[in-house]
Amino acid sequence: MTRILLIAEHDGTSVNPSTAKCVTCASEIPDAEIHVAVLAKDGASLAGEVAGLTSVDKVIQVDNPANSYPVAAILAPQIVAIADGYSHIFGPSTTFGKDLMPRVAALLGVNQISDIMSVLGSHSFRRPIYAGNAIVTVEAPAGLPVVATVRIASYASAAGGGSASIEAASVDADIPGHTRFIELRSGKSDRPDLQTAAKVVSGGRALGSAENFDLIYKLADALGAGVGASRAAVDAGYVPNEMQVGQTGKIIAPELYIAIGISGAIQHLTGIKDAGTIVAINKDGEAPIFEIADIGLVGDLFKIVPELEAAVGAASGRE
Amino acid sequence: MEKILVGLKRVVDYNVRVRVRSDGSGVETDGVKMSINPFDEIALEEALRIKERGEAGEVIVISIGSSDVRQQLRTGLAMGADRAILVETDAQTDPLTSARILLEIIKREDPGLVLLGKQAIDNDHNQTGQMLAALWGRPQATFASELVLDGDQATVTREVDIGLESIEIDLPAVVTTDLRLNEPRYVKLPDIMKAKKKPLDQIPLADLDIEASAALNETAFAPPEERQKGIIVDDVAGLVAALQDKGLL
Repeated sequence: MTRILLIAEHDGTSVNPSTAKCVTCASEIPDAEIHVAVLAKDGASLAGEVAGLTSVDKVIQVDNPANSYPVAAILAPQIVAIADGYSHIFGPSTTFGKDLMPRVAALLGVNQISDIMSVLGSHSFRRPIYAGNAIVTVEAPAGLPVVATVRIASYASAAGGGSASIEAASVDADIPGHTRFIELRSGKSDRPDLQTAAKVVSGGRALGSAENFDLIYKLADALGAGVGASRAAVDAGYVPNEMQVGQTGKIIAPELYIAIGISGAIQHLTGIKDAGTIVAINKDGEAPIFEIADIGLVGDLFKIVPELEAAVGAASGRE
Repeated sequence: MEKILVGLKRVVDYNVRVRVRSDGSGVETDGVKMSINPFDEIALEEALRIKERGEAGEVIVISIGSSDVRQQLRTGLAMGADRAILVETDAQTDPLTSARILLEIIKREDPGLVLLGKQAIDNDHNQTGQMLAALWGRPQATFASELVLDGDQATVTREVDIGLESIEIDLPAVVTTDLRLNEPRYVKLPDIMKAKKKPLDQIPLADLDIEASAALNETAFAPPEERQKGIIVDDVAGLVAALQDKGLL
C-alpha cells in the first residue's frame, strides 16, 4: 500500500504554498493515500487549512510548544515517531525542507531523493543535477521508505475544496535542547512572494547600487510582480539574501520573468528555466541570458526600465 | 577547541558547462577541470579564520574518493589546513554513506566543530551535513552566513527563504556553509610547496567498519529540455507589443 506522509511548511499562522505543491507531486504517485503532518505549537487552524487541499486524505496535527519555530533537530525525531507505516515521506525543497528532510532520512537509515521534478512511478523519479544541466532518473530501493524533497517550481498548487479528516497525534519523541531558535530577521514586503509570484522582475550587478535597485522595485510594482536578484547583486549588498534566484538561491517558475542587468551565469539560469516567458534587458548583446530569453532587448537599462515602467503603467491604465 | 574537521569534495569546476554523455550513461567528466566544491572552500576558509583568531588549535581536511582527490586535499593544505585525511574508495559514495564515514572519522578525531559545504555542485543533494548531524545526535546549522563561537556554544546566522535566521547551538555541531559566509583566500605559491610536507593520511574505506546503505539507483541521464530560441526587439515599444501578444500585459 502506498501511503505518503507530507510534512507541511508553515510560519505558525499560515501554511506555506510549498505544501500545496507537494500535495500535487504526491498525488502523481499511483494509488497513494496522502497524509499531511502539521507540526506546530498550536496547529488547529493550520491543520484546517491543509485539510481543505484536494487529494489530502488525512491531516495529522502534532502540537508541541517546542514546535513554535521549525528547528530540524527538534522536528525530525517527531516525524520519525509517526513515520511508521508510510512508504513515502516528502517535504518541500525549500530551506525548511532541505534542512529537515535529510535529518529524517538519516534517522530512518535511508538516502534521500532531493528535488523531485517528475514522478515516473512509486519508486522512480527525475531530478536535476549539475545546476540543472543534467536530469537524472533515480530509482529508490523497494521495501524501504522513500524520503524526498519536492522541487516546488515543477508543480502547480493543489486546489482547495477538499475535506480531509484531522487527527491529533501525541508523539513520544526525545526532543533535544541543543539547538535553540533565537530570531528571524525578515525584510517585510507587500510585494508578491518571490517563490509563488506569477510575475518576477530581477536585477543584477549592472544596477550598480542599492539606490538604483529602486528602478526594479518600481517596475515590479507597476507589473504587480515579485522582486528577485542575481547572486552578484546580493553579494554586492544591493538587496538581501532572500531575493537570490539560482542554483543555490530560489528556483522559481513564474509566468513572466524579466531579468534586468543580469548576464546569466548558469547558476542563475538554473533558477529560472521553468519560467513561462523570460525577458532579458542587458547592454551586452552577447550576454548568456539572451540564449534562453524569449524576448531580448539590448540597451541601457537606466533608459529602458523607466520607459518600460511608464509603458506598463499606460498599458494597464487602458484596460 | 582543539580541532575543526572540514569536508572537501572534488567536483567538476563550477565554470565548466557540464554535458551529458551521448549514450545517457552519465555526465562527461573525462578531461574536465576538477576543483574543490566552492561551498567546501568557504567551509575551509571559515575554519582557518577561526584558527587564526586563536579559537581552534588544528584544522583537518577530509575527503572521500579515489587517489585523485589528493590534489584537492593538497590545495586545502596549501590554503592553510594542518593535515589531511583521504578515505580512499573508487566508488561514488552516496550522502548517507558519506555521513557514516565522516562519523567514523569524528569518533577518531573528536573535533569540536565540523564544517561542510551546504551542497556539492555536482549532485546538488544538500544532504550530507544534515545526515551527519542526525547520526551523530548533534546540532546542525545549515546554510550559515555568519558563525560566532562562544566557548562551548555557537551562534549561527542562517540564510533561509524568508530572511536571516539566528540559532544558538551547543558544540560539537555540524555547520554547513552558504555563499556569503566569507570569501576564500587564494593559494600562494610558497604555500603549495609547504603543503607538500604536511601529513596526508590515506585510509582505505574497507578499513573502516561502515554499514552499507541501500543506494539510490541512477538509471538514466538526459540533458535538460532546451528552451526555444527567442526574439530580439529593438525598443521598449517592441517589448511591450511582444508582451501584449503573449497576454502578459
